[in-house]
Amino acid sequence: MSDEKKLAIIATKGTLDWGYPPFILASTAAALGYETQVFFTFYGLQLVRKKLDLKVSPLGNPGMPMPMGMDKWFPVLGTALPGMESVMSSMMKKKMRDKGVASLQELRDLCFEAEVKMIACQMTVDLFDFNPADFVDGLEFGGAATFFEFAGESDICLFI
Amino acid sequence: MAAFDQELDATGLNCPLPILRAKKTLSGMEAGQVLRIVATDPGSVKDFEAFSKQTGNELLESGEEAGKFVFLLKKA
Repeated sequence: MSDEKKLAIIATKGTLDWGYPPFILASTAAALGYETQVFFTFYGLQLVRKKLDLKVSPLGNPGMPMPMGMDKWFPVLGTALPGMESVMSSMMKKKMRDKGVASLQELRDLCFEAEVKMIACQMTVDLFDFNPADFVDGLEFGGAATFFEFAGESDICLFI
Repeated sequence: MAAFDQELDATGLNCPLPILRAKKTLSGMEAGQVLRIVATDPGSVKDFEAFSKQTGNELLESGEEAGKFVFLLKKA
């Protein structure tokens, strides 16, 4: 147990694209034999809802490749049009399926299967009046001190 | 082609799925048994090397066959 490497991750973002790094790294680390914990705080809590409904936004994200050269003929303000977020999110999900990239749901399931410990920030849950029942089973609730108990012993600690 | 005990088709899957599926399959196998993995993700070549180094499951073979990547892993 004590010679097992440890990975601690803080997940702070709640968009479809930024949901990937914590789950990819946590599941892979677990497969490599790391004991892994992820602490979800602020918008990161969206990643541990029972119903995953994440979106990607082209708004304020000039690094995001757009299909069919849309970035060439779409003015920046166009990305703020109503419905744009849904359209881009559907396109992104389709692209991921086509390329054999796992869905976030699948990666999250794999994390749980590999006994990655997931902790939700109690303060954020209170702050946004989230209902604890809306979050996945197996999730624990805790605070910063809870995170440090594990992070202090970790070999790798990431803020995502 | 060397002998193997079980085979995993990871074609069409992208990072990190080939590694995760391989790990899962290995955990149901006995020590010393060999797992053959077929993948199409070019990143899997380096990833299986790294997986082998970190988990102690020996990478007996890593090669290409008909445009696909084929690996033989021996369970530690």
